[in-house]
Amino acid sequence: MGFEDWAAEPLNWVFLAVALATTISGLRVVTSPNVVHAALFLVAALAGTAAIFLLLAAEFLAWVLVLVYIGAVIVLFLFGIMITRAPTGRDEAEVDHQRRLPALLVSAALFALLSWGLLSQWGDTTLDGITAGTPTSVLAEGLLGRFVFPFEVVGFVLLAALVGGITIARRDLSPAEERERESR
Amino acid sequence: MSPWLALAIWLLVVATIIPVMGMAIGYAEMKISAHMQSRIGPYFAGGRFGWAQLIADGVKFFQKEDLVPENADRPVFKMAPVLVMVGTVGLFVVIPFGPGLTPQNLDLGIFYALAISSVGTIGVLMAGWSSGNKYSLMGGLRAAGQLIAYELPLVLAVVGVVILAGTMSLDGIVQAQISWFSEAGWSLGMPFVIVQAVGLGVFFVASLAELSRIPFDMPIAESELVMGYLTEYSGFRFLFFFLAEFANMFTLSAIAATLFLGGYWVPGVPDSILQFVGPLVLLGKIALFIFVSIWVRWTFPRFREDQLQTLAWKWLVPISLANIIVTGVLKVVL
Repeated sequence: MGFEDWAAEPLNWVFLAVALATTISGLRVVTSPNVVHAALFLVAALAGTAAIFLLLAAEFLAWVLVLVYIGAVIVLFLFGIMITRAPTGRDEAEVDHQRRLPALLVSAALFALLSWGLLSQWGDTTLDGITAGTPTSVLAEGLLGRFVFPFEVVGFVLLAALVGGITIARRDLSPAEERERESR
Repeated sequence: MSPWLALAIWLLVVATIIPVMGMAIGYAEMKISAHMQSRIGPYFAGGRFGWAQLIADGVKFFQKEDLVPENADRPVFKMAPVLVMVGTVGLFVVIPFGPGLTPQNLDLGIFYALAISSVGTIGVLMAGWSSGNKYSLMGGLRAAGQLIAYELPLVLAVVGVVILAGTMSLDGIVQAQISWFSEAGWSLGMPFVIVQAVGLGVFFVASLAELSRIPFDMPIAESELVMGYLTEYSGFRFLFFFLAEFANMFTLSAIAATLFLGGYWVPGVPDSILQFVGPLVLLGKIALFIFVSIWVRWTFPRFREDQLQTLAWKWLVPISLANIIVTGVLKVVL
């Protein structure tokens, strides 16, 4: 496909803008000196990812990303950061790890692996006839019909992780402390 | 009609509705609260009944200086009100105002609405943190804890309606209520509140908490935190938060009316008339919800933080889960 063809399709330009914004926000997440700024750039990066899903007509996935990640996970991140330390301006604590080379190697390897996987699987395949997103009912049938077993297993693993997290974080009172608490 | 023209018209409509509804609700709040406390409320502005009071207030906000505190984080501080507004404006996309009068009838409908309204939480946290003020920070933290706790029952309360209607599209949900029992040739409608009263109760309480209105106004508790995350905002940016809060009341009431009270539908009126009367009917149902929430606000005292969290996690979430189970079982059995 030549540049002429590429430029004639307005969606390509939208994709370019969204992809650039997402990449830049993603870079700023790891380079930003202020930890709250990093979390906010993560919001921008996730919003960009959701926009790319929208461009791919995967509406459900896009809004799941907004509801779960932007609406809940990042809010919990910010909550955790602010409840511990939240200086405005320059953060005194060192956020940077000074391990840039290993990080670069790992991310380059991951990028290569993902690109190789995608290209070897699909290569030049063009998907025709995708104009609207999958109806939610079809997704639901798939999730609770054909894939119900993996779906439940993932749910179970998450529940186990949750219980484990609470067990680690929670400290049971010793009998003496218990008595002191009751007498108060 | 070209999509761009349609988009421009809808944007214009929303840009008119938000300030007008914001002012109307603000005025209603002033007047109703005054009468509940045996006062008169606004009286002079505009000649009679003080109807121009909110317009005068709006002009006042425009005249004020746009202050940014010395040790605030400027870009984040300035972005926060915009992000809060995004969550509010985005909700207008899916509300059905009448037959064929839905700005964009998304298949995901209610799911989209819940997702986009959760974006505002980030704006509140940004406002609280970036002000560089301990009261603002505490307000932002309380707001985050509260909004997360009550988003869950809000989402779960909707599931019962979605099970009954068999669709997430808001227009589809209204249609499902219009033709609940349909045999050959005739149909009988039923607003979902009759079988989903529990869902409506949970949804209403959770939406009050999402709006941080009394009795859920710990984030801006003025006797403890000055004005919470709003403390440092003045002039135009404060107006943004103010309008977003009232417009949010409007949109959440509209969604509650659509889900539980049949939206734009009145029994026995054909579609051809509903096209014109529909928006007014919806407005009437919205007004009902808004009146109740103003009534609640001026009746109950503020919750303590632990009471607030207990209500969400130990009462509303289990109740709405039980509601989902019962609804699902009945849907399969009947």
